Amino acid sequence: MDKTVLPALRNLGQKVTARIWRLGYASRFFLAMLLHSGTALRRLNLTIREIYFTGVLSLIIILVSGMFVGMVLGLQGYDTLQRYGSTEALGVLVSLSLVRELGPVVAALLFASRAGSAITAEIGMMKATEQLSAMEMMAVDPIARVVAPRFWGGVISMPLLAALFSAMGIFGGYLVGVQLIGVDEGSFWSQMQASVDFREDILNGVIKSFVFGIIVSWVAVFEGYDAEPTAEGVSGATTRTVVTSSLAILAADFILTAFMFTGT
Amino acid sequence: MGRVFVAVGLGALLFLALKVGNMASASSGDTYAIQAKFDNIGGLKVRGAVKSAGVVVGRVSEIRFDPEAYVAVVTINLDARYKFPRDTFATINTSGLLGEQYIGFEIGGDTAMLKAGDTIKKTQSAVVLEKLISQFMFNKAAEDGGKK
Amino acid sequence: MSLEPLVEIRDLNFTYDSRPVLTGINMTIPRGKVVAVMGSSGCGKTTTLRLIGGQLRATSGSVKVGGQLVNELDGDGLYLLRRRMGMLFQFGALFTDMSVYDNIAFQMREHTDLPESVIRDLVMMKLHAVGLRGAHDLMPSELSGGMARRVALARAVALDPMLILYDEPFAGLDPISLSIIGELIRKLNDVLGASSVVVTHDVQESLKIVDYVYFVSAGKIVAEGTAEEIKRSKVPYVHQFVWGEADGPVPFHYPSRPYGDELMERAAQRG
Repeated sequence: MDKTVLPALRNLGQKVTARIWRLGYASRFFLAMLLHSGTALRRLNLTIREIYFTGVLSLIIILVSGMFVGMVLGLQGYDTLQRYGSTEALGVLVSLSLVRELGPVVAALLFASRAGSAITAEIGMMKATEQLSAMEMMAVDPIARVVAPRFWGGVISMPLLAALFSAMGIFGGYLVGVQLIGVDEGSFWSQMQASVDFREDILNGVIKSFVFGIIVSWVAVFEGYDAEPTAEGVSGATTRTVVTSSLAILAADFILTAFMFTGT
Repeated sequence: MGRVFVAVGLGALLFLALKVGNMASASSGDTYAIQAKFDNIGGLKVRGAVKSAGVVVGRVSEIRFDPEAYVAVVTINLDARYKFPRDTFATINTSGLLGEQYIGFEIGGDTAMLKAGDTIKKTQSAVVLEKLISQFMFNKAAEDGGKK
Repeated sequence: MSLEPLVEIRDLNFTYDSRPVLTGINMTIPRGKVVAVMGSSGCGKTTTLRLIGGQLRATSGSVKVGGQLVNELDGDGLYLLRRRMGMLFQFGALFTDMSVYDNIAFQMREHTDLPESVIRDLVMMKLHAVGLRGAHDLMPSELSGGMARRVALARAVALDPMLILYDEPFAGLDPISLSIIGELIRKLNDVLGASSVVVTHDVQESLKIVDYVYFVSAGKIVAEGTAEEIKRSKVPYVHQFVWGEADGPVPFHYPSRPYGDELMERAAQRG
């Protein structure tokens, strides 16, 4: 028995230590990045350029998905609400689901697979083709010049994209609910406004997407910077970005929701 | 280019804040706090609306249990723009059959107005749906029993 | 100008993951000279370059550049020193998201407050020196291998460095680009009054342009001398390398047991 159990345990232990070591490495990288963020914030043009790239890269997919998610919510919500004769609450259902939950989460997942993977691939390729090394030799810190602006660009884009997703989704819900099915337009909007609170719902949603933005951007730049400098290594890192950040988003979403929307 | 995207994103946030949320109506202006005691608050929640004549005039800020009188003590923040007579009657109502519960004010005739820290004397508790239904069933059963 | 050499490496050892990469290296790179470091792939010559540039730190021994001990400099000191160094990477390492012009202007914009008009003049001058002034608004992806290498060369000398490091400048180039790059290395070195270190395994091309050669094999210097001395060298390894012979001290076969033994063994197994 010892012969089968011990190696398995040892193997498990090694894997766990490797993961923890990597997490520690990623955290140190995160700190270094924050310390070197001066350039990214002082030379705002660098960051704005990255906001443009990450934001516009994901814009179409965010708008279209938001619209469809909202339309589906409209259909499903109507179907359920009409059983209780309270279809005028459709606006509340659509907007609350989007603003609190679906907007931040789905937008972050889409952002991770669109912009996050692109950031990883870009930084990874810069590393593989020695561009980062070249920058170091030109006495320019690649963390300050390349990594930090991309990180902050992602962090700033994410809440904006989530807001666009939610707004588009509510519009989609409105199209299906009011224009297509014929829910009363007045009650659709007024009930929505009466029950969606700015601080409790919208602001918390923005905080969520901000946290998700930090997670996705951090994972993306770290995986890119840490990628093995080969084509294979970069493609592996890109996959890891999508997988890791998606899992982290969902886990963080649970924790944040537990803190934000309980008690009252 | 990047600035345009940022502007559009902020526009979406503004849309959420003003058109979807109630930031415009729940302007965090001056408020004053009063209290009301209820035997049963039903499903009333903190942040629940306080309405008079159907208009939101304040929000529930705190709900606690008074262990001596065995009643619920509800603290209400009222908009400082509105004053109500001392003998205003507070009831717990439900919007729609299954909707949220809110506090309704029915205006009394007193000339003195409620001040911060005052307590509303006359209240009516929440109508608990289950109680209502069981009462109705019981009556119905009693009626049916009487006919036989 | 002092007579002290620009780069001095003394008793340098470097181990990576407890595996010795370089042992007991001594090198001198005098001012104004072009020095080649030669050897087969994986012998540690690129590591030498990175030790001079401060991207790696010596395990023991010293690396002195312009009178400063590279292995004892802190981050800021290293960055200050690097502003006076230029490096050409193996495949150019041009920034793929910037045009040729922006690539060369990069360091000027990062390190100086020069007005854009001055930067433009400087960039055009550097591009003219490598014969690519007309290509200033192309993207790196639109350049041929040889052109990209020339742009990278112009970028390496953008701030008129005192020391230029070349990592395999001849790798993967056609014969014409090869001699263009070779001539440019020599010309830029002399015009700028700089010193150059060329890490390469291209013997014929580099022997045409360099003043002095160090031969590295398995992490040790096995021979050194001027180009003529190297060509006439009797060291078996150097001879094999310079004349490109397939077999010699560097064996054709990867170390293994005698093939005969292996065949016999397998025959015995089949019974």
